[in-house]
Amino acid sequence: MNLDRRSFLKCAAACSAMAAAGSIFPGISFADWKKQEGASGMLTWKKAPCRFCGTGCGVLVGVSGDRAVAVKGDPNCSVNKGLCCVKGYHSVQALYGADRITTAKVKRDGKMVEVPIKEALDIVAAKIKETIDKHGKNSVAIYGSGQWTIPDGYVASKLFKGCLGTNNVEANARLCMASAVTGFMSSFGIDEPMGCYEDIDHANVFITWGNNMAEMHPVLFSRMLANRKRRKDVEIIDFATRSTRSSQASDKSILFRPQTDLAVANAICHEIIRNQWVNWDFVNKHVSFHKGKTSIGYGLEDKFQFTDQEEPLTFDQYKAFLDDYSPEKVEKIAGVSARDIKYMAALYGDPTKKVTSFWCMGMNQHTRGTWINNLVYNIHLLVGKISTPGNSPFSLTGQPSACGTVREVGTLTHALPHGIVANADDRAMAEKIWDLPAGSIDPKPTYHTVEMFRALDRGEIRFIWIQVTNPMVTMPKLKRYREGAQKEDRFVVVSDVYPTPTTDVADVILPAAMWIEKEGLFGNSERRTQHWEQIVPPPGEAMSDTWQIIEVARRLGFEKQFPWSKDEYIGKLWEEYRRFHDGPKHNMAPYTVLKERSGVQWPFVNGKETRWRFNAQYDPACDKGRDFHFYGQKDNRAWIWARPYEPAAESPDKEFNFWLNTGRVIEHWHTGSMTMRVPVLYNAVPSSYVEIHPDDAADLGVVNGEMVKIISRRGSVTMPASILGRGAPPKGQVFVPFFDERYLINEVTLDAFCPISKQPDYKKCAVRLEKA
Amino acid sequence: MPIFAYLAMPVEGAKEILAAELTALPHCEIIPADNKDILILVTDAPNEVEERDLQDKLQKIPSLQSLSMTFGCSDELQPERERGDHES
Repeated sequence: MNLDRRSFLKCAAACSAMAAAGSIFPGISFADWKKQEGASGMLTWKKAPCRFCGTGCGVLVGVSGDRAVAVKGDPNCSVNKGLCCVKGYHSVQALYGADRITTAKVKRDGKMVEVPIKEALDIVAAKIKETIDKHGKNSVAIYGSGQWTIPDGYVASKLFKGCLGTNNVEANARLCMASAVTGFMSSFGIDEPMGCYEDIDHANVFITWGNNMAEMHPVLFSRMLANRKRRKDVEIIDFATRSTRSSQASDKSILFRPQTDLAVANAICHEIIRNQWVNWDFVNKHVSFHKGKTSIGYGLEDKFQFTDQEEPLTFDQYKAFLDDYSPEKVEKIAGVSARDIKYMAALYGDPTKKVTSFWCMGMNQHTRGTWINNLVYNIHLLVGKISTPGNSPFSLTGQPSACGTVREVGTLTHALPHGIVANADDRAMAEKIWDLPAGSIDPKPTYHTVEMFRALDRGEIRFIWIQVTNPMVTMPKLKRYREGAQKEDRFVVVSDVYPTPTTDVADVILPAAMWIEKEGLFGNSERRTQHWEQIVPPPGEAMSDTWQIIEVARRLGFEKQFPWSKDEYIGKLWEEYRRFHDGPKHNMAPYTVLKERSGVQWPFVNGKETRWRFNAQYDPACDKGRDFHFYGQKDNRAWIWARPYEPAAESPDKEFNFWLNTGRVIEHWHTGSMTMRVPVLYNAVPSSYVEIHPDDAADLGVVNGEMVKIISRRGSVTMPASILGRGAPPKGQVFVPFFDERYLINEVTLDAFCPISKQPDYKKCAVRLEKA
Repeated sequence: MPIFAYLAMPVEGAKEILAAELTALPHCEIIPADNKDILILVTDAPNEVEERDLQDKLQKIPSLQSLSMTFGCSDELQPERERGDHES
C-alpha cells in the first residue's frame, strides 16, 4: 500500500507532538496511537536502533507499504525505555530527501555522468587493481565510519587488510573516540566501558567532563534528570568550558579554561590523597602506578611518530608528582576556584556517594586526550568507585557504531577484529578465519586518519574509497586535505546517500542504502549489539555498503572469501565475525538471539549479558575468588598514570586572541547531510552560527545575527553571530557547530592531535574575529 | 493543505468531553494520552480558508484550556533550500 504525502505529514505531525509531550511529561503513553492506522494506512512496527548518535536508543519504525512513516521509542529497549529525542522521532524523514542519490555516477571529461551501478563497481575494482600494480598495495585505502554497520566495517577490513594486504583502513571514529580507546588500553589493557547505562539509576553524583549531554545524549540526560527528581539524593555537576543547556539543568556549573582539565583532574587526586579518602583496600589489591613520556608534541608535522614508554612508579612517587597540583596552584592555571576543586574532590571522596563521570568529545578531541582519559580513571581508581552499580567512569560515544564497528571490528590501521596487526598470533587468527595464506596481513600499521589524508595529499595514497562519512566537511585544516583529494592522479570513490562536499571531489559516486533500507548491526556505548532487519527497500540502484565491498572483492578475485548470497550474507558474516571474540572476555550473542532482542550486551556468556565488567559478581571473565579482576593488564591490575598538564597546541595570543571550540547541536547530526534534509529539523536550526560572549560582541560592534569573520592561521569563515543563545561561551572564547556545509568551520581548525591516540583536537585553536 | 499538530490541555476533569468535542470538528484527529490529562490534536484542513474557520471553532471549545503547537506544515512554508549546491 502506498502512503500519500498528506498521510506522511500527518504521521510526522503526530510524532512531533508525542516527542514534545514526552519531553514535558516523562513516561507519558499514547497507546491509542494505533487508532491512527486508519488514517495513514496499515502500519506495521519493526525494531531498529536509532540511526543517530552513540546512545543506541531502540526505535520502532512504522511502515506503510514500502515506506517508513513513523517512529516511536521501543519500550522493550532498556537504553531508552520508549523515549527518543527530536532526531530520533524524525529519523525516517531523513530517508526521503528530494536529492537522494539513487544511481551511480562516474566522472567523464570533468563531469559526473550516470552509469549502471555494475559498471561503476567494475570501474572501482579495476582502479584498485591498476593502482596497486602501478604504485604498490599501500597506495589504496578505505576510509569508513562509526556509522558503518558492523558488517560494513568487517568486510572492509577483510578485503583491505586480509585480501589486499594493506593496513590502509581507517574510520572517522578516529576523530571521535580514539582517545577513549587509548585511555582504556593504557589504564585497563582492554577497550570499552566497564559499566552500563543502568549506572544512571544507581549513582548519587554525576560529573560531566566537557560533555553537553542535554544536547548530545539527550535521552541519557533525561534519565539523569528523572533520577534526580525521583530519588532526591542525586546531584549533577557540569564541568565544562562554556555554559550550555546541560549547565542550566545541572545543580552546579563549573567552568575551566580550555586544556586545563588535566590540571584539575590531578588536583582532585591531590585532594583525595591529602584528605585520606583513598580506598586503600581497593588500591592495594587492584591498582599499580605508572608514568610515561612528557612533552610529547602535537603531531603538526607530516610523518610525526610517537611511542609512549611506560615506567613503574611507587605510590609515594605518584603522590610527589601531584605536589604541583594543589587546588590553590591549579586555580591559577584553570581558572577554577580551589573551593570548587575541593568540592568535586569531596564528592568523589565521600564513601557514601556513588559517582558516575560522563565524557565524550570534550575529553577525546584533545591533544592530550589519552592523558585526560587516564586522569579521570585515576580519580575513580583511588577511591575504588568503579565497576559497581552507580560507580562508573563512563566514556560515551558519538556515533551509533563507533564501538561496534570501529573498536570491536578493529577498522583502524593498527587493529584487527581481535588484537592488532603487529601481533603474530592475532594475524594468524585472522588469516585462519579469513581463509588466507599465512603472511597475508602486513604486520606494520600504515596511516592514522590525519596522516592518511596527508598521504593522499603527498601522493603516497592514490586511491581512496570513502563510505558513510563526509571528510570534506570534517577534516581539520580542511583546505589542505580537500586540495590533496583533488590533485591529478588521485582517484576518490564515495558511497553515500546524499550529495555532500565529499561527493563533490569524487571520481565515482556509489548510491548507498541507508539504515533500515538494509539489514545491519550497530554496537553502542555500553557494549550493546543491536540488530535490525531490512525494513524498507532502498531507492533506485542504492546498495548496502557491505554488498558494494563484496561486489568489488569478487571482481578482484576473492570469491572464496566472500561467498555468500544476498539473502543470507549478514547472518553468515556475523557468525564468522563472532569467532574472533570467542571467550568470556568478549563473547558476542548469536545472530538468532540478536534478531529477537532489542540489543544484547557483551560479554554474552552462557546466555547471560554482562552489565559490569571486572567485577566478579557480574563478569564471568574474572578469576574465581577475586572481588574485582582487571584482567586486561599483565599485572591483573588497573593502572594509575602520572600525566602532567601540558598546554594546547595553539593558544590565543595578541594576533589571534580567541579560543575556537567546535561541536554539535541537538537538532543536527554531524555534518547535517541527513538532518538538514528533514524539514522540521532544518526549520528548527536552519544555519550554523558563532556563539560569542556579549561583551566581546559589543567590542566587535555586532548584534545577534550580524555576520562575523572568524580568522585563523589556516583560513577563515564568515557566519552569523549568536549572543546569549542556547550556549554561552566565556569572554575570549567562541563556539561554532559544524553541521552546516555552507559555513565550513574546519577551514579554520588545526590538525593537531593526541600523539598517543592520533585523534585531532577540534576544541581548541586560536582565532581572531572581525565584523564582516 | 495546512497540517498542524498540537498538545491539547483540557480544563480540569474535562478530558473526555474535550476528546468528544475535538472529534466532532471537521479535519481533526485526536490521540489521547492514556496516563495523563492531555491529547494530541492533528488537523488537516484542505485550505487556508477552512484552516482559519477551524481555528475559530477551536477557540470556542469550553473544555479546552490551551493548545500548544508542535508541528506546522503548508506548502508555502517549506524551505526553498534544503541542501548545498553540489555538482552531483
